[in-house]
Amino acid sequence: MSGFSWDWAFAWSVLPALLEGLSVTVQATAAGSLIALPFGLLWCILRLADIPVLSFVVRFMVEFLRGTPFLVQLYFIFYVLPKYGIIFSPLATGIFALGVYSSARAAEFYRAALEAIPAGQWEASLTLGLPIGKVWTRIILPQMWPIVAPMLGNLVIAMFKDTAVLSTITVLEVVARAKDAGFQTFRYLEPLTIAGILFWIVSYSAARFLRRLEDRHAR
Amino acid sequence: MDAILPYLPFLLGGISVTLQITFAAIALAVPVAFVLAAGRMSRWAPARWGAGFVIETFRGTSAVVQLFWAFYVLPFFGINLSPMVCGILVLGLNEGSFFSEVVRASLKSIPPGQREAAAALHLPGFYTFRRVILPQALPVMVPPFGNALVLMLKFSALVSLVTIQDLTFRAGLITTSIGRSGEVYGIVLVIYFVMALALAAAVMVLEYYVNRAAGRDVGALRSFFSGGRSTVPAWAFWR
Amino acid sequence: MRDVRKAFDTRVVLDGIDLDVKAGEKVALIGPSGSGKTTILRMAIGLTRPDRGTIEIAGRYLWHEMRNGRLEPAGERNARLARRPVGMVFQQFNLFPHMTALENVREPIVQVLKLSRAEADERAVELLRQVGLSEHRGKRPGQLSGGQQQRVAIARSLGLRPKVMLFDEVTSALDPELVGEVLLVLRELAHATDMAMLLVTHEINFAADIADRVLMFDAGKIIEDGPPSQVIRDPQMPRTKQFLRAVNER
Repeated sequence: MSGFSWDWAFAWSVLPALLEGLSVTVQATAAGSLIALPFGLLWCILRLADIPVLSFVVRFMVEFLRGTPFLVQLYFIFYVLPKYGIIFSPLATGIFALGVYSSARAAEFYRAALEAIPAGQWEASLTLGLPIGKVWTRIILPQMWPIVAPMLGNLVIAMFKDTAVLSTITVLEVVARAKDAGFQTFRYLEPLTIAGILFWIVSYSAARFLRRLEDRHAR
Repeated sequence: MDAILPYLPFLLGGISVTLQITFAAIALAVPVAFVLAAGRMSRWAPARWGAGFVIETFRGTSAVVQLFWAFYVLPFFGINLSPMVCGILVLGLNEGSFFSEVVRASLKSIPPGQREAAAALHLPGFYTFRRVILPQALPVMVPPFGNALVLMLKFSALVSLVTIQDLTFRAGLITTSIGRSGEVYGIVLVIYFVMALALAAAVMVLEYYVNRAAGRDVGALRSFFSGGRSTVPAWAFWR
Repeated sequence: MRDVRKAFDTRVVLDGIDLDVKAGEKVALIGPSGSGKTTILRMAIGLTRPDRGTIEIAGRYLWHEMRNGRLEPAGERNARLARRPVGMVFQQFNLFPHMTALENVREPIVQVLKLSRAEADERAVELLRQVGLSEHRGKRPGQLSGGQQQRVAIARSLGLRPKVMLFDEVTSALDPELVGEVLLVLRELAHATDMAMLLVTHEINFAADIADRVLMFDAGKIIEDGPPSQVIRDPQMPRTKQFLRAVNER
């Protein structure tokens, strides 16, 4: 049993690098969310608004993005963007790809939340003579939010884990750092395990935090 | 485009590898899900903790990390798995952990009256589970299973990171040789999409048969294809 | 039952019940909701365990065993044996939706009485005939009306030849026009069989008609116990009078 020795000294020594990677991970997640959440709502609205051609295109694109692997999308964007003269850093490219992919998932969550609102709400508010703007802000959105918020919360947590894929295009997030450390010393145990633990700590805390928010809002 | 043609057979060969991994991993994930769900619902505390630990570990960490761990770290412990086994094992356990929640929820969704009736009829526990509860729980599990299947297909691309020669990996090899990465990956995306659609269609058929066998009202199959009418009226966007 | 007590959290549902039911006796349990009638029934078949007290069925204790001449608490296995002679029909029917009517009736006979499928089928067909549902045997519960489903449920429980049958408000979930067909079956059972029957019901007139004995429940206690001619026609306790008056206002 050669490997059953955990080298604490080594573990300590790689920790700083891993934490640097973690900060990149967090940045990527945050930036990606800033893209995904608003655009997800946009796609959802465009799709439901029944605009000829555009709605169909949006619906198709959302299905396409949801139905294909993120890794391949990332490669595609990474290689294609420069051809059109858009030079991003790997991190920016990664954030862009993550944002686009996640916006498609978010779009479906928004849609699910909107469709969970009883159909009668729309008709009733119209017959009450409310202008459409008010219907949205006073009636629909307040009902949509409690439904979609937990889903979006889980999406962000999922995005956090998806950032690991960015390591393939040389973004120096946690996994890339862990592999690097392991590659240089041939000891993968400590770096990868710590990376895993770091992921776990963040996603578990986030999940607990989310649940607490949910409970507080559920009256 | 013609530069790619000679490589096409090689590329398409990756489809079978991708599908093998996808189906093997899903075949592992389902039993794992049931075992973990049983563990979580057990009256025996160690089983609950053990299952809970496995579920939290696989759900709380990235699949990429898990793959690398299995590929790079396990040999350290003397466990040398082939890349294929690594991939299938990790994906199966990962998805199994997620799916165990689905299993648990669907088992809990069976009205308690069913179990009470079974008890009142003095039916043995195993029989009750196998012939009363499970047949009613399965239809509930099928749509999430469909999602899991498509998810597995997408996850399968990750195994290219541990040298498995699936579709994504082969695409990478080809682009290393001839460049044209945009086109190659574009084609690969389309192939994945088509596979996902095919899987989704197959699941719909499965849904129909499982629902019918469970005595649920199935109406017309075409209702599945109509896409359904959204409850959000279109005028909601036009003032 | 002796000194049976049951509380859910802080709510006392049964408060020291003593009850004896003789073989073949038909007993009706009436009273307001929450008075403990359903809980008594569930205790009789072991679905709910009393906090205190003992329950004995046909000479066997449900939750206790005689060991060395003393009564000791016992577990599931003992309970399972003790409650075998009891059957129950539920308000919500609880038929198995993925099985046909015939299968619903047949399966317990196969699994519990260990008969062959062919023999069990014969019995099931006969039972369905007795409740008037021969032509519907191939139908699933989803295709049957509430009254028909309940009759299947009754046939299903009868298949095991219980000595005691419990009926928990079996007509309360039915449309009014379907109540009659179920009551008809119950009346036949009351006259034609020698099972003890305990019926929790709101159908007071029906109870008066077929019951040997009526128990009035209130707030976890039995406040009146006697033949229908007494409890229903000429109640002693004011609470009973009040209850019966309110029910007849319908």
